[in-house]
Amino acid sequence: MAAIEFQDIAHSYEEIPGQESDWAIKPMDITWKDGGAYALLGPSGCGKTTLLNIISGLIQPTRGRLKFDDLDVTNLPTKEKNIAQVFQFPVIYDTMTVYGNLAFPLRNRAMTKRDIQMRVSEVAEMLDLTSDLNRRASGLTADGKQKISLGRGLVRSDVAAILFDEPLTVIDPHVKWQLRRKLKEIHERFGRTFIYVTHDQNEALTFADQVAVMNEGRILQVGTPQELFENPSHTFVGYFIGSPGMNLLPCSLDGNVAIVDGGRIQLGSRAGTPAPKGDLELGIRPEFLKLDREKGEGAVEVTIVSVEDLGTFQIATVQLGRQVVKVKLWEKQEISPGPGYLSFPPERTKLYADGQLLMG
Amino acid sequence: MNKPWNNKAWFLVLPVVIVVSFSAIIPLMTVVNYSVQDIFGPGQRVFVGTEWFKDVLSDSRLRDALWRQFTFSGLVLLIEIPLGVLIALAMPKRGIGVPVTLVLLALPLLIPWNVIGTIWIIFTRPDIGLFGVIVNGLGVAFDHTAAPLDAWITVMLMEVWHWTSLVTLLAYAGLQAIPEAYFQAARIDGASTWATFWYIQLPKMRGVLTIAILLRFMDSFLIYAEPFVLTGGGPGNSTTFLSIYLVKVAVGQFDLGPAAAFSLIYFMIVLLFSYLFYQALMRVGTRDG
Repeated sequence: MAAIEFQDIAHSYEEIPGQESDWAIKPMDITWKDGGAYALLGPSGCGKTTLLNIISGLIQPTRGRLKFDDLDVTNLPTKEKNIAQVFQFPVIYDTMTVYGNLAFPLRNRAMTKRDIQMRVSEVAEMLDLTSDLNRRASGLTADGKQKISLGRGLVRSDVAAILFDEPLTVIDPHVKWQLRRKLKEIHERFGRTFIYVTHDQNEALTFADQVAVMNEGRILQVGTPQELFENPSHTFVGYFIGSPGMNLLPCSLDGNVAIVDGGRIQLGSRAGTPAPKGDLELGIRPEFLKLDREKGEGAVEVTIVSVEDLGTFQIATVQLGRQVVKVKLWEKQEISPGPGYLSFPPERTKLYADGQLLMG
Repeated sequence: MNKPWNNKAWFLVLPVVIVVSFSAIIPLMTVVNYSVQDIFGPGQRVFVGTEWFKDVLSDSRLRDALWRQFTFSGLVLLIEIPLGVLIALAMPKRGIGVPVTLVLLALPLLIPWNVIGTIWIIFTRPDIGLFGVIVNGLGVAFDHTAAPLDAWITVMLMEVWHWTSLVTLLAYAGLQAIPEAYFQAARIDGASTWATFWYIQLPKMRGVLTIAILLRFMDSFLIYAEPFVLTGGGPGNSTTFLSIYLVKVAVGQFDLGPAAAFSLIYFMIVLLFSYLFYQALMRVGTRDG
């Protein structure tokens, strides 16, 4: 077991990477702590899988060093890297039994029969596969097969981290949450580092202690689900996490007041900070906005365009000048299309310049 | 629901029935007809029952040809299947090498069969053939027109050169269809090259290899044109395979009755073995335990 450290790692699939877009992974420094449950969240094609493959050694990074604790493993072959990986589609060895599948990584490492037997039965029990051990692996359902994939990682006692590449994609919805809970249970019991790649924020937020949000080859923010929700350090994080995502409104600045299409919005104190450069955006989560019929202090005048009732809450679509703002309201609040007033709590209102958080 | 009964739909299968009748059923029934009668000329025939079958089954030259044929087909499968798979494994996976090797491999398959026989006659001639001259130059006396072993070697070389490509192409298609994740998982599980082949590549090629084995068995069992051109069945009878012998009986001696009986037995052997191969290959490695 070990902490996994990226030192200035970058990767490109081009022979000679030229412009910025040639890099699937832009230079990054990051440490995955030993025993952490991480989720790597990002849209399709943002470089998540590439990043996993760099850790497991299936891909050699174009530049940078990969370290497990203080050991440089950048050039070690996959076999010696002590990383297990579970793929999107279950990979099983068709001709073997479930037992054979689970024993395969140990047999390849020339363990004794008795040790193999012990490890396999222990792991099989934990994954509820004991009764299937003598069955042919190809006869199992998709979730059974995925459990075998996971089991092949768990049987190895030397594994530093288990990587999951969207492992629940092909699993039936009603089995998904069972398997996810199983993963969490296994993580607690084994204390191995788990890195879980997904583009589904619910999956990421329920599984992980720490979520890393990725876009276009960069890790934009690493934090607890709460941090990502309350304090997104990049507009992409704000927009990608949450449903609906953060409202992002182009604005200009007048001291401590943001001006959005003529509406003046009071910000939290930013005394002593220099005047920001770049494109400014004001960001606020739909959950933190307050919408009222009567004018309150600091509220701006808006037009309520529509209100959707989603059962436990309502989503109001509101027009602020030319900007569209989404507001999440409790079901109880009665509101209907027409004129209204929107207030922005200053401590929840963020300011971004060129996508980066300036203050919160 | 009230379904209208309309037998006119049967007319839709009529074209197939007609084509298959003329291409397969009627010729086959003609052979059956010949196999149970002695026919002297139009309107002159005697029903002989199973006599021709008894005749051909006690024919020692036919039995020799049959064993020769099994030996030949067995050798073909033993050489071409592993060799074809090996070549497929060594082929490039991507890049310009792929189309180049594919075209090179397809070339032998495109040459007419008696041209292949002619090519190998010239290639192995001890006086002017490249192969014949080189081998004899190395001090090994090689002449496929005189020595039975040399004739066999030449026929085998020709057959392997001609048809291994087919196995290779099928195996290559099978290999290319394996998702990359299997190889990645194998690397993570620490599998050796051999284990990767045995547990991933070979099982995933099951389907295409079944087809390859069936095709190569049937084709080699029915081989005629190439050895006929190359050796004419000689020297002596050493390369007289079943179909060559059959043609000698039917056309050379004009014994149509025995030839027809023999054809039916021949047909049944191919059918039986193809069925057995198919059943065996579909079952291997799919049971529990």
